[in-house]
Amino acid sequence: MAIEVRTSQSARTTKPASSPGRSPVVGLRCRACRRPEPIGLSYVCLACFGPLEVEYDYAIAGRTLTRAAIAARAPGIWRYAELLPIDAPPARGLPVGSTPLISADRLAPTLGLDRLWIKDDTRNPSLSFKDRAVAVAAARAVEFGVPALACASTGNLAGATAAAAAVLGLPAYVFIPADLEPAKVEHALAYGATVVPIEGTYDDVNRLCLEIADETGWGFVNINLRPFYAEGSKTLAFEIAEALGWRSPDVVVAPVASGAMFTRVARGFEELVELGLIERRPIRYVGGQAAGCAPVATAWAAGTDVIEPVRVPDTIVRSLAIGNPADGRYVVELADESGGSVEAIEDVTTAATIRDVARLEGIYPETAGGVTLAAAAAAARRGVIRPGDEVVALVTGNGLKTPDARTLGLVDGVARPGQPGLAPAIRPSLSAFERWLGGGVA
Amino acid sequence: MSTVRIPPTLRTSTGGAKQVEVPGGTVREVVTGLVAAYPALGSQILAADGDLNRFVNAFLNDTDVRHLQALDTPVGEGDTLVLLPAMAGG
Repeated sequence: MAIEVRTSQSARTTKPASSPGRSPVVGLRCRACRRPEPIGLSYVCLACFGPLEVEYDYAIAGRTLTRAAIAARAPGIWRYAELLPIDAPPARGLPVGSTPLISADRLAPTLGLDRLWIKDDTRNPSLSFKDRAVAVAAARAVEFGVPALACASTGNLAGATAAAAAVLGLPAYVFIPADLEPAKVEHALAYGATVVPIEGTYDDVNRLCLEIADETGWGFVNINLRPFYAEGSKTLAFEIAEALGWRSPDVVVAPVASGAMFTRVARGFEELVELGLIERRPIRYVGGQAAGCAPVATAWAAGTDVIEPVRVPDTIVRSLAIGNPADGRYVVELADESGGSVEAIEDVTTAATIRDVARLEGIYPETAGGVTLAAAAAAARRGVIRPGDEVVALVTGNGLKTPDARTLGLVDGVARPGQPGLAPAIRPSLSAFERWLGGGVA
Repeated sequence: MSTVRIPPTLRTSTGGAKQVEVPGGTVREVVTGLVAAYPALGSQILAADGDLNRFVNAFLNDTDVRHLQALDTPVGEGDTLVLLPAMAGG
């Protein structure tokens, strides 16, 4: 009989490796009018309705956040605690982060790239990068004493929120478009969440949740906990820099839905420069969207930062199907100012790219990962990525969540020997196998 | 008269009211009427040019007015306008 033993060092208990001392978190501040707000369950500036962001005292953060200190800490996102909006790492939570940076030297030439790293965030506890954002939001939610965690989700956040709530012993309410991929729904249900399908697009779900977040008092990770949630994505930059030996790459390629992760990764690299942990080197930022829901790519191509919302997304890439992305204009600014681009990728290209990365690198991405890697190829064709560039692509979710996407554009047929694909079922006899191997009918 | 639902973040400017009745034949007229009734809302939701600022999304009967005729969208008797922060991401 197998016995599962959990000690204080088990996956369920995360411990800070060292005491960061006085918190570098100053408070919240409006991104637009710069008005300060105290830390709390607030997300909108009361003066101008602008989004609130976390403000840090980098002098305090830099006192304890050194390369040596980080190296001595346990794996996971809390090794960068001074640059996260918490006073101390939480006592309880899932083991998030410290995902591998993998050299993709077989895939790179097929995308027209010389040097490609994949940040493999398919390996987080709920199989997507959303665990990073939710871990930070949940840490604050516990401090605020919310009665439940909740989210408006395109799918990956559903699983991440449900998993985080499960380990914290909180109820989870997950609001999703009613036609979301079944695997993502099942994933959230498995963790014990209450899943509420909404008859509409993600933007309809989001609008409803904006209306109910403050009324319920629940901690909606991407609404009233958003200032903290958004900060979690910075850990992607921290881990990339550390894995590269404390330097930045030439190009970062990331998927764009709301644009929050894309912009926060850039902020993460900026903060490392601010603390002297890496040298300042130019980084070009390339975003990827699905052509069937590409309001940011469309604006970038038109040379404007005015985002025209997409009313009804038409794409298999449900995790990026946000028609009204709040941070879209900041994505356009970042792509422009850094010399990057925002690429729109057709679904058939996304599916083909998923197949390529899986068969060449052993990494199975969900649809957003296909978009991201295809965006890297598109940026290379455009000249944004140049020969010799070192490129890091963020593969943010696991393909098991979107199994139908892989087959888009494939011609039906049974696999013959030497071909990838599903062979016909054969009788369990040597003669049947030999007939199939010889190309005959089993 | 149309109904304007007020999100919690704006209710300090409406004396705590969750929804108010406002006259007006277009979204622009309703917003103007709303701010006339509750002047403190002006700095929260209006830009310098008098339009809604870029952090505010307006929904008429649950449809983003940018999918309709933006601020010129006609508003009928019994319609409901909601003003919400421009925030999305999941």
